[in-house]
Amino acid sequence: MQDTRQSPPRDPLLKVEHLVVEYAVGSKIVHAVSDVSLEVARGETLGLVGESGCGKSTLGRAVLQLRRAQSGRVLFDGQDLTAMHGDTLRRMRQRVQLIFQDPIASLNPRRRIGDIIAEPLVISGVKDAKKREELVHEVLTAVGLDPSLVVGRLPHEFSGGQCQRICIARALVLNPEFIICDEPVSALDVSIRAQILNLLEDMKARFGLTLLFIAHDLAVVKAVSDRVAVMYLGRLCEVGPSEQLFASPAHPYTALLIEAIPVPDPDVRPTESVPVGEPPSPIAPPSGCRFRTRCPRADQRCADQVPELRLIAPDQLVACHHPLIAAG
Amino acid sequence: MTEPALLSVENVSVDLPTPRGNLRAVDRVDLKIGAGRTLGIVGESGCGKTMLSRAILQLLPKKAKLSGRVMFDGQDLVRLDPERLRKLRGRSLAVVFQDPMTSLNPVLTIGTQLIETLQEHLELDGATAKRRSVELLAAVGIPAPEQRLMQYPHQLSGGMRQRVAIAIALSCEPKLLIADEPTTALDVTIQAQILDLLAREQRRRHMAMIIITHDLGVVAGRTDEVAVMYAGRVVERAPTPVLFKKMHMPYTEALLAAIPKIDAAPHTPLPAISGRPPDPTRPIQGCSFSPRCRYAAGLCFREKPLLTAAESSDHQFACFHPVLPPVGIDA
Repeated sequence: MQDTRQSPPRDPLLKVEHLVVEYAVGSKIVHAVSDVSLEVARGETLGLVGESGCGKSTLGRAVLQLRRAQSGRVLFDGQDLTAMHGDTLRRMRQRVQLIFQDPIASLNPRRRIGDIIAEPLVISGVKDAKKREELVHEVLTAVGLDPSLVVGRLPHEFSGGQCQRICIARALVLNPEFIICDEPVSALDVSIRAQILNLLEDMKARFGLTLLFIAHDLAVVKAVSDRVAVMYLGRLCEVGPSEQLFASPAHPYTALLIEAIPVPDPDVRPTESVPVGEPPSPIAPPSGCRFRTRCPRADQRCADQVPELRLIAPDQLVACHHPLIAAG
Repeated sequence: MTEPALLSVENVSVDLPTPRGNLRAVDRVDLKIGAGRTLGIVGESGCGKTMLSRAILQLLPKKAKLSGRVMFDGQDLVRLDPERLRKLRGRSLAVVFQDPMTSLNPVLTIGTQLIETLQEHLELDGATAKRRSVELLAAVGIPAPEQRLMQYPHQLSGGMRQRVAIAIALSCEPKLLIADEPTTALDVTIQAQILDLLAREQRRRHMAMIIITHDLGVVAGRTDEVAVMYAGRVVERAPTPVLFKKMHMPYTEALLAAIPKIDAAPHTPLPAISGRPPDPTRPIQGCSFSPRCRYAAGLCFREKPLLTAAESSDHQFACFHPVLPPVGIDA
């Protein structure tokens, strides 16, 4: 994978190297993440897209060591998280936070909002209650909620959008450097979704955050990401700067995802070229290129050889034997 | 509309008693859909779009109170006796729900569920019903349909389950198919496939279809007409191309603007709609959208705007300060 080094995302805060995550379901092995390498530069937002079951959430969890990898390394600020345990890992995790898809389910329904947000502070050893309260108020205000109206209430008193604001506040309270957002807006309505995306952008600028933004909706990913990584069935297909990737996708799967986005314009007739078929099971992924069973360009070589991620345009990497653009 | 409507919803309201008081889920809605036409109903969660579809199907919760008329194929469904209603549903009036796992019976095979529907409504014998089932599964794009008949819903992926639900809905050649958020639970590529499938079958069978969704992108290329709902009411209604080009209702404009655009540069701030939909147990005196509307002034906070015709009678909107003031035809 020497090509990754040719396209230098300057000063990587996170570096994932040849990560493999597999787990057993009954007697079968799910190949959730297979040899994935990527980098996220300090201050950057990397979007990670793919369909359900492609391993994008598993990858997010494996970065935080919530799921241990079979092999590979996760370097955060130069330190290998996969080699850390116990207190060392816990201290490291204060710098990396996670926001989930379902904001209501990720808040304890029996605890008050003030306590929910203060909890990470308690765990990390902020003993002064006054100080904790101060910090809770500060983050709640930052995410656009009025602390005096919020801290004493329970999660069910809030809408999905407000709960996501609360989750963001909880993620911010330890002043992390890196936040993994796992489908943070897919459970929300269009109007509320825009509010939350704007909020994430504001928070990123204000707190100098680096984001890994995981989602299945390419339009949402493009709205917030500097670079985008496309994942299919446990492997990366393509990585590149957002605009470049959308303007000239090199991988047929990226092109398919772009085509499938519903366009809110009645003059744009939906194309019917989206291939029939669904992703195969990650329990028995196809040989060679995993996308070949749905790919219009697939041939024998795609069945025989796993395509390596290689540089095809400045900063744009693709893993395909028959890319849509010529290497330049 | 000159052609007689297949379905005509007339002044329909739905009230639900809740511990916090009466909740008016649907508020005096009028809608029409002609045979073979496609209508999109768009709105945020809680705007009443699902309650409206349930009112059409007469599948409201027991405590709900419905007023108004639902004329379908010459009969008022509200006053139809339960036995005739049951015969009608599944036969000429079919529905596909958001989550196929909840609409399919988990302990019966796909085959049993399909064959049962066919035998019940079309009185086919077992062998014919089975043959028809295989044809239907093939028509909705399910590979190896004969083997699938023996499988249970949990053995299929979400997209496949939705295809089965569509096959069951189509099995008795309905005149109207109501698809309630049919693709919200599915991935983008599968969403496109299912929407294509619905459109293809709708054209082929000359069936009328109502697509209920929160995503204007879903209805844009696939409907003849769109009704936008907010707080239980229809706030704008127009032929699809007209709605997207000459929308009058600020809410429609805001909904469209809030969708991330694929051709926008990264980090472009999205024009979000501030606030959230009103609490339906606490009705707002003026226009329900006024607290979130950037054009709202004076009258908007005191009086509810009525649905009135714009340039043409098939375009209606409910707003005192429309985005584009209606002008003479051919503006």
